[in-house]
Amino acid sequence: MPPKADSLQGSLDLLVLKILSRRSRLHGYAIMSAIQDISAEVLRVEEGSLYPALHRMEESGWIRAEWVIKENGRRARVYELTTAGKKQLGMEESRWKVVAAAVNRVLREA
Amino acid sequence: MSIWSRISNLFRGNRVDREIDEELESHIAEAVASGRDPEDARRAFGSPLRHREASRDARLIGWLDSLRSDTIFGLRQLRKNKITSLAAVLSLALAIGSCMAAFRLIDAVLFRPLPLTNADRLYEVWRHAVLNNESFTFDSWSYPLFQTMRAAVKDQAELIAASNTEPEDLTYKSDQEMERAQVQYVCGWMFPTFGLHPKLGRLLSENDNLQPGAHPYAVLSQSYWEHRFGEDPKIVGRTFRLGNRVYEIVGVVDGQFTGTEPGTIVDIFVPVMMHPGVSANDWSWHRTLAIVEPGVAVQPLRAKLETVTRAFEEQRMNGAMAGMPKEDQDAFRNQQVLLEPAASGASDLRTDTRRPLAILGVLVVLVLLIACANVANLMTAQASARERELALRISIGGGRWRLVQLVLVQSACLALLATALGSLFAWWAAPFVVGMINPPENPARLFLPADWRVLGFGLAIALAVTLLFGLLPALRASTVNPVTALKGGEDPHARRRWMHGLIGTQVAFCFLVLFVAGLFVTTFERLSHEFTGFSADRVLVVDTVTKQPQPLAYWNQLLEQLRHRQGTEAVGMSDAPLLGGGNWSNFISVDGLPSNGIIAYMRRVSPGWIDALQIPLVDGRDFLPQDSQPGSALVNQAFANAYFNGKSPVGRPFDIVFSGNSRLRCQAVGMIGDVRYQDLRQPLVPQVYLPFRILRENGEPQEVGGANLLVRTTNPNPLVLGQFLRDEIPRLRPEFRVSRIRTQLEINQSHTVRERLLATLAVFFSVVALLLAGVGLYGVLHYYVLQRQREIGIRIAVGARVANIARIVTIDVFIALAIGSAAGLALGVASARFMASLFYQVKATDPPMLIVPAVILALVAVLAAIPAVIRASRVDPASMLRVE
Repeated sequence: MPPKADSLQGSLDLLVLKILSRRSRLHGYAIMSAIQDISAEVLRVEEGSLYPALHRMEESGWIRAEWVIKENGRRARVYELTTAGKKQLGMEESRWKVVAAAVNRVLREA
Repeated sequence: MSIWSRISNLFRGNRVDREIDEELESHIAEAVASGRDPEDARRAFGSPLRHREASRDARLIGWLDSLRSDTIFGLRQLRKNKITSLAAVLSLALAIGSCMAAFRLIDAVLFRPLPLTNADRLYEVWRHAVLNNESFTFDSWSYPLFQTMRAAVKDQAELIAASNTEPEDLTYKSDQEMERAQVQYVCGWMFPTFGLHPKLGRLLSENDNLQPGAHPYAVLSQSYWEHRFGEDPKIVGRTFRLGNRVYEIVGVVDGQFTGTEPGTIVDIFVPVMMHPGVSANDWSWHRTLAIVEPGVAVQPLRAKLETVTRAFEEQRMNGAMAGMPKEDQDAFRNQQVLLEPAASGASDLRTDTRRPLAILGVLVVLVLLIACANVANLMTAQASARERELALRISIGGGRWRLVQLVLVQSACLALLATALGSLFAWWAAPFVVGMINPPENPARLFLPADWRVLGFGLAIALAVTLLFGLLPALRASTVNPVTALKGGEDPHARRRWMHGLIGTQVAFCFLVLFVAGLFVTTFERLSHEFTGFSADRVLVVDTVTKQPQPLAYWNQLLEQLRHRQGTEAVGMSDAPLLGGGNWSNFISVDGLPSNGIIAYMRRVSPGWIDALQIPLVDGRDFLPQDSQPGSALVNQAFANAYFNGKSPVGRPFDIVFSGNSRLRCQAVGMIGDVRYQDLRQPLVPQVYLPFRILRENGEPQEVGGANLLVRTTNPNPLVLGQFLRDEIPRLRPEFRVSRIRTQLEINQSHTVRERLLATLAVFFSVVALLLAGVGLYGVLHYYVLQRQREIGIRIAVGARVANIARIVTIDVFIALAIGSAAGLALGVASARFMASLFYQVKATDPPMLIVPAVILALVAVLAAIPAVIRASRVDPASMLRVE
C-alpha cells in the first residue's frame, strides 16, 4: 500500500527540487509523474499539495517559473531550479540523510 | 519573487487567480492526454476554490489582501448609506479638526522646543514670595542682580538675560516713515551659548556687553530679514533709529530662532547694555534663562542662586524697608528662587494661557468623545441592519476575528476620511484662533508648522477614534449568533442598553461642555460690563512723542489748539492711559508717620484730563495749569479710605515715599471718583495723580518727551478723527509726531480678550456638542421606532393614543438623558475647582449655571424626539401586521 501523501510532508520540497535538478523546465504534471515513476508508484504527490508547494518555493526564490507554448498550442507553466534552489537542495538532501540514518538506526537497534 | 512582488500582486489579484486556474487546467489536460479519466483528474484536485486559496496565499500576502478587500468593502458600505456616513464623517471631522487645531496651538505655546541644540538644558529662573498671605510668582529681574547671579554660578550654568519683546517705533529713513518692529534686549553671549550661527555678518557676543549705552548694534532674525528686506544681501551695515539712538545692523541669525518667547516673533535683537534700566538695581525688566552645564544638578544650583539673590536684595533694601511692617520685610527677605525647565521658551503668553489652553484641550476632547459616541451609535444601528449578512458570513466559515477586522476596517476608513477633512479644518482654524488670543494691536505670532508632530498626532487620533467607536461594535458583530440572527433577530434589549449607555455618556459630556461655556460666557459678560469709573466712549488715546523733550508750554498750547478744533469735545493728557500699562506705585506717609503698607498707584495727568474721561470730581478742584510737583496732587476716594479713614483729604498734606526713603511732599487739591487703574479684576486701588509740571531745583519746569493725548470726539466713531490728528499734530508743532492711535474702548477690551476667546470657543463647542447630541438622539430614536414598528402597530390597533406611543418610544431615552445630565452636573461641579481662577464673579454652584444647560439639553432632546414620535404615531397597524 502506497504511503499516504501526508507522510510526504516535509520531503515534498526535497523531491521536487531533486527532480528539477536533473531535468529542467518541467511543468507541474511532469514533476508529479516523474516522482510517481521513479518511486515505482510508491510515492504519490497529490495535486492539492503540489501546486501550493511549487508557488511557495517560487516565492522563496528556489525555483523560477515561465509560461511556454507547447506543441499542442496550450500554454503551460514550466519550472526550473535557481542557484538558491541548488543550495536549498543540498541542505534538504543532507538533512534527509541524517534523518533517514537516524530512523534506520532506531529500526536496527531498538 | 519578493515581498514587493507579493504586495504588487495584491493589486493584480484577478490576474493571479486567472494564472493559477490556467495552470491547473493545463495540468488536467496533461493528465487526460496521458490517459486519465477527465472526471477523475478533476476530482483529484479537490475543491478548485480551496486550491486556489492555498496557492494564492503563497503568491500574495494573505492578511494584506483581506485588508484590501475589506477596505473596498468598507468604502462601499459607507457609500451605500450616504446620509449616515456623511453625518458621521462630518461630525467626526469637526471634532478631530478641533482636536488637531487645539494640539497645534497647545504644542506651539507649551511644548515645542526652541530650535536650539541644547534646548533640553534650558531653564528659567523664577522668584516666589508670599506677601499679605498672597503668593506671588514672578520672573522679572534687575540687571545688576543678574550679573551677581551669573558670576556666582559661572562654572555650573550660563545665565542669559532677555527682556520682554515689545513693539517699538523705529525708522530706516526719515521720522515720517516710522514703522513698528518687535525688539528684544538680550545679553551678547546669548547667541554663542545657544549655539546659533550668523546667516550674514556677525551675531552679538560678550564684547557687546561691556558698557551701558555703548553698543548700538542690532541683529535681525531671519524671518524679519526675509519678509521686511526680501533677503537683501547688503543689509549688514544699514542703520535705523530707535528712540534717540542710531543702531547699526551687524548680522542676521541663521535658522528658525526668533527669540525665547513663544507667542512673539522677535524682529530685532539689541544688546541689554542699550536698555535704559541696565544699571538700575530696582528696575526688574528682563527674564533670566539658564543653560545648565551637562551633569550639573539643578537643586544645588537653585540654592546657590537663592543665596545670592537674598544677599543682594538685603543689601539693596537696606534702609528703604525701614517703614515697612516686619512681616513684609521678612516676606521680602525670604523670597525663594525656582528653576523651571524651559525647553520651549518662556513668555507671558505661555504663563497666561496655560490654563485656558488646558481647558480648551479638555473641551475638544469632550467634543471628540461625543462625536465618537455618535458614530458608535450609528455603527451599532447599521450593524443591526447587517446582522443577517454577518451571520451568513459566520455560518459559511468566516472567522470571528475576520469579522472584527471587517468592521474595524470600515471604522478606520471613516476615521481616516474624517481625519483628512479635519486636518483641513485645523489648517484654517489654528491661525484663526491664534489671531484671537491677543488684542488686535499686538497679535500673538506663533510658529505653526505642519510637520511630523502634527501628522503623528493626526494618525494617533485617527487610530484612537477608530478603536473608540469601532472596537465595541466590531466585537459585538463577531459575537453574532448565526442561528438566532438568521431566524429573524435576537433579543434587541442588549443592543438598546448599549445605545442608551452611549446616549447617557454623550449627554453627560454635552452637559459639561454647556456648563463650562455658561461659566465662561457669564465671566466675559460680567467682566466686560464691569464698572470702570470713567467713560471710554468716543475717546481716542493719541500716543504722541517728540524727537527731543519739549517745553511743557508747547504741550499745553497743543492741547489748547486741539480743544478748539471741530469734532473734539474735551482734551486731556496723561503719562499713560488708564488700563493701558505704564503703571507705577509707592507707599504713602501721612503726617510723617511710617507707611501703613498700603500701596498707592500713580499717574501723571494734565488739567482737563478728568473731564475728557468724565470722571466725577467729588471734592476740591481739578488741576490748574500752575499746579506743579512738588506741591499739588489729586487723589481718589479709595485713597481717602486707605489713608484718611474715609474723610476728604482735600487740603491735607502727605508724602509719597520713594525707594531709598526719599519723600515727595504733596497736598491734595481735589478728590475724584475711583477708576480702574491696571486691571478690571482688581479692586479699586488708592490713586494719586501728579501734575506734568515738575519743577527743577532752579524752579524751571521739566521738559516732556512723550505723553498720551486723550481726545473725546463728538463723532460716535472716534477713529474718523484719527488721520486728521496724525496730520494736524505735526502741522501745529513740527517736533511732535503721533506714534499710534487707539481708542480707550479698545484698551478696555484688551483686558477681556482671553475671556472673550474662551467664551467664543466654549459657545462654538457647545453648539457642536448640542448638534451632535441632537443627531445622536434622533438616530437612536429613529432606530428604536423602526425596530418596534410591529409592536407599535399592535398597540395602535388596540387603541393606544399618541401620548402613549410617545411615552413608549421616548421614555428610555429620557431616562438616559436624566442620568447623563446628573452625571454631567456632578462632573461639572467637580471640575469647576480647576477653572475657578478663570471665572469672574460667577460660581459653579450658581443655580442658573446648572439649570440653563439642563433646560437647553431637554429642549434639544424634545426637538430630536419629535420626528420619531410623529413617525411612530403614523405607523399603519394594518400594513404593519400584514408584513409577516
